[in-house]
Amino acid sequence: MSLPVTGSTSPEAVAAHEGAHGDAHGEHAHPSYLTDGTTIKSWLLTVDHKRIGVMFLFFVLLFFLVGGIYALLVRIELLTPGPTIMDAMAYNRAFTLHGVVMVFLFMIPAIPAVFGNFMLPLMVGAKDVAFPRLNLLSLYIFLTGASLAIWGMLHGGADTGWTFYTPYSTQTTTTLAPILFGVFITGFSSIVTGLNFIVTVHTMRAPGITWFKLPLFVWAIYATSIIQVLATPVIGLLLLLVIGENVFNFGMFDPARGGDPVLFQHLFWFYSHPAVYIMVLPTFGVMSEIVSAFSRKNIFGYRAVAYSSIGIAFVGFFAWGHHMFVSGQSTFDGAIFSVLSMLVGVFTAIKVFNWVGTVYRGAVDFKTPFAYFCGFIYFTVFGGMTGIAVATMSLDVSWHDTYFVVAHFHFIMVGGTVMGFLAALHYWFPKMFGKTYHDGWGLVSAALIILGFNFTFIPQFLLGNSGMPRRYYEYPARFQALHVASTAGATVLALGLVIVAIYLIHSLVAGKRAAANPWNSKGYEWMTASPPPTHNFVGPQPVYPEEPHFYVDPKKAEAPDAV
Amino acid sequence: MQSSAPVVSVPEGTQAPKFAAHFATLDVQNHAARLGMWLFLSTEILLFAGLFVCYGFYRFNFPEAFAEGSRHLDLFLGTVNTIVLITSSFTAAMAVHYAKASKNKMVTLMIALTLLMALGFLVIKGFEYHHKFEQGTLPGKYYHFAGIQVPGITLYFTVYFLSTGLHAFHVIIGMGILAWVMSRSMKNHFNYANFTAVELGSMYWHLVDLVWIFLFPMLYLI
Ligand code: HEM
Ligand SMILES: [Cu+2]
Repeated sequence: MSLPVTGSTSPEAVAAHEGAHGDAHGEHAHPSYLTDGTTIKSWLLTVDHKRIGVMFLFFVLLFFLVGGIYALLVRIELLTPGPTIMDAMAYNRAFTLHGVVMVFLFMIPAIPAVFGNFMLPLMVGAKDVAFPRLNLLSLYIFLTGASLAIWGMLHGGADTGWTFYTPYSTQTTTTLAPILFGVFITGFSSIVTGLNFIVTVHTMRAPGITWFKLPLFVWAIYATSIIQVLATPVIGLLLLLVIGENVFNFGMFDPARGGDPVLFQHLFWFYSHPAVYIMVLPTFGVMSEIVSAFSRKNIFGYRAVAYSSIGIAFVGFFAWGHHMFVSGQSTFDGAIFSVLSMLVGVFTAIKVFNWVGTVYRGAVDFKTPFAYFCGFIYFTVFGGMTGIAVATMSLDVSWHDTYFVVAHFHFIMVGGTVMGFLAALHYWFPKMFGKTYHDGWGLVSAALIILGFNFTFIPQFLLGNSGMPRRYYEYPARFQALHVASTAGATVLALGLVIVAIYLIHSLVAGKRAAANPWNSKGYEWMTASPPPTHNFVGPQPVYPEEPHFYVDPKKAEAPDAV
Repeated sequence: MQSSAPVVSVPEGTQAPKFAAHFATLDVQNHAARLGMWLFLSTEILLFAGLFVCYGFYRFNFPEAFAEGSRHLDLFLGTVNTIVLITSSFTAAMAVHYAKASKNKMVTLMIALTLLMALGFLVIKGFEYHHKFEQGTLPGKYYHFAGIQVPGITLYFTVYFLSTGLHAFHVIIGMGILAWVMSRSMKNHFNYANFTAVELGSMYWHLVDLVWIFLFPMLYLI
């Protein structure tokens, strides 16, 4: 098959062409990336960014499952004020394992390594990422680090929480070193992925795709990659230092030797605050794609959305001190960090206004990805507002290290990433696997997930506000009702996720064949077959005459003269 | 845009650049390689930057200990090592120069000299370490030298061993990279159209040199 050499290569034309072919003689002369080699070896040694993305998807989902099971264990333990199903040490290990797995093995790689890998080259019209073999290597680095970390957690485990705060982490007798080293190794994977994306965007854009014709998902991944490349080495070094402390007693963060635990916190949050944007910026990108596709409108304020991603990446580096308002830093420092943190809110607000502006007077097509978009807007606004609240020094002094903070970062970070991940999965599922799923079940489970999420974390805001500290095994009986509510919410959330798993696996096996462009989307990734052929495009490269997200405004289309 | 490699005429016996199918042109491929290397070097610099922050922080907290500690290092050996590394950076740069001139023999020679100096650097560093092991000026709880007893002195030696150790580790990695480049120049691979590998290898070596240029005054001089 080859694309028409002249004339229209608009997505519709390509889709029609694909459809005709697909129906006419089933299997193509150009196999899709899924059928091009079916041995295990052809997968494990592939350098195809799409296969690597799919393998990342598999492992990221696996870790999501592991982290999720531990979340439920933690929630079950908190059902009663005293011991419920485990002892205090097991509880400490459970929330540490939950945190480490969710942050480092799920949320950080989730969208960039899966959908970034799969979609970014398609969206810039490239045949692959710039360094395909390095890309495969990043998968294996990730798996090595993850295995090491999980091995450590099963053989002894850690009780420090995912933040590894010193001086406790330098003294704990649990098996911390392999976990730290495992996380250190996964950091390399993150760096390599980011580096590959930056170089790809700079050097491999197809003719016609200028910077301001890049899809907004690409902008978001690009901004994320900058953070990955610049912030990750700092935490890498820090993890090595903590290993040195924990194993060799180097004394760098040990007050007894003149070391300073607060220095640890500075370095930790210098990475980890930008890292929260590694987790949400890709979601922002996903949502920009989805909101225009499902409102059938050109994105409102394309440049503002693109620049604000870079803006967030930039100011994200100067906000870390808001985690340390009560660490003894000066009030002046606290005030500076307070203001800088709120700047992030400004950039995020720009995006929110543009998304809402896009939906306004759009012809909304309320499909599953759009349901996640709605949940996402709500979590971002609510979580972002509580972000502004905790960034206010005077307020944070009382909320710090309470369930309020736990609820804040789950709302924005988990709410954001999970919404983005599920939205992306549902939006691109037909492209990736060439199958459709049942939209009704999609909407039902989205509703359950969003509802369950609220029931899990809103009680935690209330708990924190009335003084329940985070990471406590026991609590006064007056907090019990809210804890029970939170656990009930978590159960609903889990149920929703199980339904998603069931119908997606079912459609992988028995789903109907998807059209090349089932949403009639204008995104560049839809300009090729679903699932795409190995080298992304067959025949001459498509031409990219229009901006991405270029939908004809339905109102204007009806009455063209009124423009 | 298509996958067939372009025909580049290159001096006899040398190799036309290998050209991956997914790049538009050879220029683009070289550009990508260089950009990738720059990004990688920036991550390396940030890795060391974390240590520099620790250094600055503890120097500010314990000025006497850090002054005492740095006076205790062997300034002579440190200076020799600095000269050795700067010279090796020069020979690494010359290797790129000769690769562009298609003179593979000279490339091999220059890299061999670089490697020799790298080895010399490590040997001298080994002597310094050995001396400290004997004396007991070691990091953290291993410090048992009676000669200097100012608060914070163990931190100085923690920073010293961590930063010079991490740097030495980079020297070893750099030697591996250069050895690989040399194995190719010995097979006559490079010419004016195909020298990216030499260029990237020597860029990495310049980083190793650059980091030392920061470490030397920080640890030995001030
Ligand atoms: C809208 C702008 C935001 C502001 C102003 C903000 C502010 C804050 C502040 C001040 C804290 C510290 C609370 C404390 O420790 O007492 C905090 C905690 C946290 N925030 Fe945000 N945040 C914002 C957005 C986000 C986003 C987008 C994410 C993640 C995607 C996020 C993730 C976190 C996390 C993980 C913590 C937990 C810190 C801990 O472990 O104690 N925040 N945030
Ligand atoms: Cu933060």
